[in-house]
Amino acid sequence: MTRIAVTVNGSRQEADVEPRQLLVYLLREQLGLKGTNVGCDTSSCGACTVLLDGESVKSCTVLAVQADGCEVTTVEGLADGAEFHTVQQAFHEQHALQCGYCTPGFMMATVSLLKEHPDPSEEEIRHGLEGNLCRCTGYHNIVRAVQAAARAGA
Amino acid sequence: MSILGHRVLRKEDPRFLRGEGRYVENLPLEGALAVTFVRSPFAHARIAGIDASAAVALPNVQVLTGADVDVGPFGPPHLPGLEQGMGRPLVVVDRARFVGEIVAIVVSEGRAAGADAAELVVVDYEPLPAAVRPADAAKDEVLLFPEVGTNVAARSGSPEHDAGLFDGCDVVVSDTLVSQRMAPCPLEPRSAAAELGADGRITAWLSTQTPHQDRLGIAETLGLEPSQLRVIAPDVGGGFGAKQLNVEDVLLVWLARRLGRPVRWTETRSESMLALPHGRAAHLEFTVGGTRDGKVLAYRLGILQDGGAYPLLGSFLPNLTALLSSGVYAIPRIEVEGRSVVTNTTPISAFRGAGRPEACQAIERALDLFAAEIGMDPVEVRRRNFIPKDAFPYTTASGATYDSGDYEGALDLALHAAGYEELRAAQRRRREEGGAKQLGIGIASYIEITNVIAESEFGEVEITPEGGAIVRTGSFSHGQGHETTFAMIAAERLGLPIEQVTVLKGDTDDIARGTGTYGSKSMQLGGMAASLAADEVVERAKKLVADYFEASPADIALDRAVGRFRVVDAPEPSLSWPELAARAAADERLAELKAEHDFQGAPTFPFGAHIAVVEVDTETGQVELLRLVAVDDAGTLINPLLAQGQQHGGVATGVAQALYEHFVYDDDGTPLTSTFVGYGFPSSADLPLWEAIAMETPTPLNALGAKGIGESGTMGATPAVLSAVLDALAPAGVRHLDMPVSGENVWRAIQEAKA
Repeated sequence: MTRIAVTVNGSRQEADVEPRQLLVYLLREQLGLKGTNVGCDTSSCGACTVLLDGESVKSCTVLAVQADGCEVTTVEGLADGAEFHTVQQAFHEQHALQCGYCTPGFMMATVSLLKEHPDPSEEEIRHGLEGNLCRCTGYHNIVRAVQAAARAGA
Repeated sequence: MSILGHRVLRKEDPRFLRGEGRYVENLPLEGALAVTFVRSPFAHARIAGIDASAAVALPNVQVLTGADVDVGPFGPPHLPGLEQGMGRPLVVVDRARFVGEIVAIVVSEGRAAGADAAELVVVDYEPLPAAVRPADAAKDEVLLFPEVGTNVAARSGSPEHDAGLFDGCDVVVSDTLVSQRMAPCPLEPRSAAAELGADGRITAWLSTQTPHQDRLGIAETLGLEPSQLRVIAPDVGGGFGAKQLNVEDVLLVWLARRLGRPVRWTETRSESMLALPHGRAAHLEFTVGGTRDGKVLAYRLGILQDGGAYPLLGSFLPNLTALLSSGVYAIPRIEVEGRSVVTNTTPISAFRGAGRPEACQAIERALDLFAAEIGMDPVEVRRRNFIPKDAFPYTTASGATYDSGDYEGALDLALHAAGYEELRAAQRRRREEGGAKQLGIGIASYIEITNVIAESEFGEVEITPEGGAIVRTGSFSHGQGHETTFAMIAAERLGLPIEQVTVLKGDTDDIARGTGTYGSKSMQLGGMAASLAADEVVERAKKLVADYFEASPADIALDRAVGRFRVVDAPEPSLSWPELAARAAADERLAELKAEHDFQGAPTFPFGAHIAVVEVDTETGQVELLRLVAVDDAGTLINPLLAQGQQHGGVATGVAQALYEHFVYDDDGTPLTSTFVGYGFPSSADLPLWEAIAMETPTPLNALGAKGIGESGTMGATPAVLSAVLDALAPAGVRHLDMPVSGENVWRAIQEAKA
């Protein structure tokens, strides 16, 4: 077991983890943050996307020990209390979610994408989010939501 | 003004947006043991022995095998014509029939320990020859069930051929089409948990579309009374037809009873790709005949359905393919013969479309070939054969009675939106220029059937002490948005704001009955049941108000615009729902404001027209989908925003079949595409924006006028894209392509045409 310290959604957390422990299971099972979902075992689907020091990562592809000393933001850290983050509001208004399982990962990837490209083209959005898979929406309304969030200055 | 028909944002969104989705894997279950399944790596093998000694030497690990499981088999489902001797043992006893079949169960403290222990279970497999391709299985040389004596699991239609079927036809053309095997891939892998209560009842939490039917199925398989079981489907991350009761769910309940400890299991994706049923896998042969002036006179369809290792719903689906074989066309003579065979592959069940896309793919390809043969534009051939819009109800030669439709109207709308003439002009220019990249335009008109077997659905409406309403539905939402649409329906009938209506679903202890969601029947059945239950509550409320006002119930009216009851033609006295509920609660009469309704409806037939525009690189075989125009008519729409979301998702799946996805086995039955790395699940970078257009032709079969929209996208998009790629390659002499039509398959066809 290795003791690590991670700042998750602004709050410092310490945990003892096995060297093989993945960041996603640290978040879900040890810290109780169930909003980050697991959709595959090949780092393909992006359902587990979180921000690590502000950049999107697939938390199934990061060992918990690699996050030692880092800041992690999960979907639970997106809203400001009752107030939705601009990206959450845009996903709601554009009907960019159906079953909701891929949604946390898509929103976290979107936050990161818009930080890099505040005014992305459709092409940049599609390629920027190609590491995230959705089976319900056909991506149309997700692209629309990212555009709306960009307009709203996310 | 009615709320129905408006683009109302979803009530269920906030919990998903905040990461508070209640998926099974997220449920706390103190002290639950982890279940891990050891699965066969061989497609067909005899199990000579299992040595679990190393696994059980690990702390707190138990291993159970088929010899320990004293219940089962599971299935086949009670569907007409399915061979009942092909049931699936819950755990393999002596013979594994597909890669992924359960050979042993590991129970451990924690998931990681389970994975470690499963690696230590040594199974002595004696591989057997495998029947992998359905045409090979049909020869009955390798039998999956020697005791049954054949691999044929079901037959449909008639093997008799009418020698005069194509009499009078100037032109007769034939081809084959494989509607290839697909993996449904809901983003949430399945998860199940079960707990034995102090009262001896079991609670099972399942990631399922059909909680009530699952309760009955588990009880039947385990020899329990349904009342001994409570099934809860909390939030479910997509299903697409595949998340119905399966062996893992049954085993979790069995384990909870046997061990007396709560148990839980969540499949990995790689496990899901093998263990969750697949879809499609229909091998089609068709012949179409007609006159040189474009009239189709006769059509023959042969269906060889790959059922996978154990017959599930998939083996029954040729019946639906046969029923819809006529498409949207008035074809005087139709002959269909269907067979389903078991193969050493993952079982085939329902996947978005389920038997109907196959029918559409065959008839649309047949129409295109016929058009090409007589030198007529594919649009014109369709016009000459459409069932006219004044012909409804219309019974096809294949025996389906279509309720309502305007097939030419849908095609006209699609042609107009696509700019068909301009597209053909652009195509001509490209052809004249002779470059490598050529345009293709594909057209598909489709028919769909929803609520296939005329089912019934339960709805209940209850007024709360605060004067709001609770709707309980036996239908289920795994992404469709029932918490919004069903609330809209009840709100409209009751004259309440939608915020005051809460929709409950998915708990067999809370919801008296239910069928769940599949076959795109939720709105036309569950929506109607909720609507009629709400109407009954209004009638009961009028009686109560009449008592309070000392009037006749016939003189009491509900002003739906403001949600107040009044005596007809008098502004006062009046009672709002909250006032009425408070008074009724004080008088202990609130229970009168509750009603249930079971609505049974006939099948309805959504329809539409899709147009695909592709650019094909004739040197590399690369295909780019430039546009997809989808006109989908599902009758009256309750919430056009959510209906459009269903169009988008359905179209994406249809395009995925045409261009990207194919679950492939090698000749030994080893899967080659069993992860998200190997399987062609498209990302946002692979698809365009959709041009989804709604058309609303109400059905006369229910008061909402609603048909189903969930699967329509898969009907039209696949044949439209296939047709477009073939259209681009017509000058190159390519007449046939196997799906998915991109890259290698296209390049090879171009090379063959050159040779």
